[in-house]
Amino acid sequence: MIQPHTPSTRTRPARLTWLGAAALALALAACGSPATPSASGTTDAPAATTPATTTPAAASFPVDVVTGAGDSTETVTIAERPDAIVSLSPTATESLFAIGAGDQVVAVDSQSDYPAEAPITDLSGYTPNVEAILAHEPDLVVASTRDADLIGSLANAGVPTLALPSAQTLDEAYGQIERLGTATGHLADAKAVVAQMDERIQAAVDATPKAEGATYFHELDPTLYTVTSDTFIGEVYGMFGLTSIADAAGTTDLYPQLSEEYVVAADPDLIFLSDTQCCGVTPASLGERAGWAGLSAVTGDRVHVLDEDVASRWGPRVVDFVETVSDHVTALQTAHA
Amino acid sequence: MSATPRTPSLARVRRLDVPRLGRGIGRSGRWLVAGCVLGIALLTGVMIGPAGLTASGVALELVNAIPGVTLDSGLTSQQQAILWQIRLPRMVLGALVGATLAVAGAAYQGVFRNPLADPYLLGVSAGAGLGATLAITQGGGIGPFGVPLAAFAGGLLAVSATYALGASVGGHRSSTIIVLAGVAVAAFFSAVQTFVQQWFDDSLLAVYSWMLGRLSTNGWSDVIMVLPYVLASWVLLLLHRRTLDVLAVGDVEAASLGINVPRVRLVLVLVATLGTTAVVAVSGLIGFVGIVVPHAVRLIFGTSHRLLLPLAMLFGAAFLVLADVAARSVVAPAELPIGVVTAFVGAPFFLVVLRRNRSMT
Repeated sequence: MIQPHTPSTRTRPARLTWLGAAALALALAACGSPATPSASGTTDAPAATTPATTTPAAASFPVDVVTGAGDSTETVTIAERPDAIVSLSPTATESLFAIGAGDQVVAVDSQSDYPAEAPITDLSGYTPNVEAILAHEPDLVVASTRDADLIGSLANAGVPTLALPSAQTLDEAYGQIERLGTATGHLADAKAVVAQMDERIQAAVDATPKAEGATYFHELDPTLYTVTSDTFIGEVYGMFGLTSIADAAGTTDLYPQLSEEYVVAADPDLIFLSDTQCCGVTPASLGERAGWAGLSAVTGDRVHVLDEDVASRWGPRVVDFVETVSDHVTALQTAHA
Repeated sequence: MSATPRTPSLARVRRLDVPRLGRGIGRSGRWLVAGCVLGIALLTGVMIGPAGLTASGVALELVNAIPGVTLDSGLTSQQQAILWQIRLPRMVLGALVGATLAVAGAAYQGVFRNPLADPYLLGVSAGAGLGATLAITQGGGIGPFGVPLAAFAGGLLAVSATYALGASVGGHRSSTIIVLAGVAVAAFFSAVQTFVQQWFDDSLLAVYSWMLGRLSTNGWSDVIMVLPYVLASWVLLLLHRRTLDVLAVGDVEAASLGINVPRVRLVLVLVATLGTTAVVAVSGLIGFVGIVVPHAVRLIFGTSHRLLLPLAMLFGAAFLVLADVAARSVVAPAELPIGVVTAFVGAPFFLVVLRRNRSMT
C-alpha cells in the first residue's frame, strides 16, 4: 500500500509499454498479419457495442465485449454492471476515469499513476499475480496483456478479463475506449470522450500547416530504440506529414534500434525525446554526444522533450501528445518560412 | 622405460607446442596471418557502416589526418563527425574489447586448466550484470559513468566472493573447487539480478540492451576510460605467458618447478578479471569471444601460451570488429545486439575448426 513515487517510478509505464508493443509488433509480423494502419481498428467498436447501442447506461447487461486486439473476434461476457474493476493497464485506468467509471474501480496496477485519484496498488501488470488480483475481489479485470495463463486462471475463478493490448492505430484506441464504455455501462460517456478527442485532434491537425517531407527521430531510450511510421506514435506524426527516419529499417521491426551513425547521417528535422524522465536525456546532453553537435535539429533548437507517459499510452491524453506535436511542427514551419 | 617421475609431464609440456591445423605456417607466418586478418578487419570496420560514407572519401579523410597532408576528402563536416567521432571510436573500442575478452579467456583456461573457463566464469558476468542492472534501474541519478562503474564493482565483488568461497572450502589448492564456487556465485548473482530486473520492470529494455552487448561509444571517452585497465591487464598477462605453460602440466608439477601456484593463480585471475570487467562495463555482456577465439587459435597454431596469448589478442580484436560490422550492417539502419552476432557466427565457426582438427589427427 505504500507506493514509492520517485521520478523514476513515474516513467515505468512508458518504457514497459513500448517493450510490450515491440513484442506485439514482432508477434504480428511473425504471423504474417501486419496490422494495417488505418482500417483494422475502425470496425471493432460498433461490433463490440451492438447489444448496448440501443439501451444506454446500466440496463444493458449481460453484455459481450470484444477482447484482444482491434481485429479480434473473441468476446468476453460481462454478466452485470461491474463495480469492482481491477485495471492492470495504465491506459485503461486513464480511460476508465475519463468515461466516468472511476468509482467502479477498486484497484489499479503500480504503473497506473494517472489520474491521481486512481486507487494505485502494488499489483504488477507485467508479471501479474492471480491471487493478488483476486484478493481485491474483482468482477472485471482489464489488462493490456493477452497472457492466456492469467486470463484462464481468472476465468476459472469466475472473473471476466477484458484484454486491451497496445493500440496500433488511433481508431483502435478509440475502439478500446468504447469497449470500456460498453463493459462498464458508460457507453454514451465513452462515445462523448471519443468524439471530443477526435474533434480536438482534427482541430490540431487542421490548424497546423503540413510539414510534408520533414523527418523526425523519436528516441525511446538512450540506446536509440525508436518508432517507425507504422506505429501508433508514427501515425500521430504522420498526421502532420512527418516521416520517421527509421522507416528505412523496414516494416518488420516497428520499434528498431538504430545505428548511431545512421541517425546522425539522416539528420532529422525534429528530434523528440521520450527518455528524459527515465534516463535523464535532455536537449543539452543530446547535443553533447560525440558527433551530434552539427545536427540541424540541435543547431536549430528543434530537440523537444515529451511527457513519456502521455507519449506511450493510447488513452484520452493522446490529445495532449497530438497538440504538443502540433506546436512543434508549427514552430518548424515558422522557422523555415 | 627408465622414466623418471617427471618425464611424462615434460613430454606433455613439449607436446603442447605442436601446431595442428597451422602446421605449415612458419614462425613469422603466424604473425603475418594474424596481422593481415586484423588489418583487413579494421579496414572493413572503418569502411562499412549504415551512414553510407564513400570508400574513397573515408580513405582520403584518413590520409588527411596525417600531419602536413591536406586533401579534400569530399566528406561534409557532418560525415567527418560520423567517421571520427562515431565510427572510429566504436571500431577501436571493439578491437580493445575483443582482444581483452580473448586474452582473458585464454588466461582463465590456462590458470584453471579448464577448456570451458572464460571471462564469465567465476561469476564475473553475473556480478557485472547485477551491478549494471542496479545502476540502470536506479535511473540516471548516478551520472553517466554509473553503469560501467557499477558493473566493474559487481564483477570484482563476485570474483572476490568466488575466491573466498573456494579458499574456505578447498584451501587454495584445487582449481576445480574454485570453478565450482564460481558456478555457485554466478547462479546466486544471476538470481538477484533477475529479481531486481523483474521488480523494476520498466527498465527491462535498457537492461536487456546492456545484457546483449552493444558497442555504443560516447566518442572517444569510453575508449579512454577502459584503456588504462585494458593495457595493464594485457601487459601483466603477456608477462605470465611462460608461467601459464608451466601451470598447464599441473599444480604439483608447477610447484616442484618452483612456482607459487596459489599466488600466481590469484594474480592471473585478478588481472584477467580487471580487464574483463573494464570492457564489460562499457560494452555489456558479449559472450563467446573468450571461448571461441582462444580455442580456434590453439587448434590452428598450437597450445603454447607464449604464442596463444598474443595471437588470441590479435584474432579477438579482428573477430569483434568484424562482428560489429555485421551487427550494424545486416539489418541496417537498425542494429543487432553484438552478443547475438558473436554467438551466431562464433559457434558454427568453432565447430568447423573442431571437426577439421579432429579429422587431421
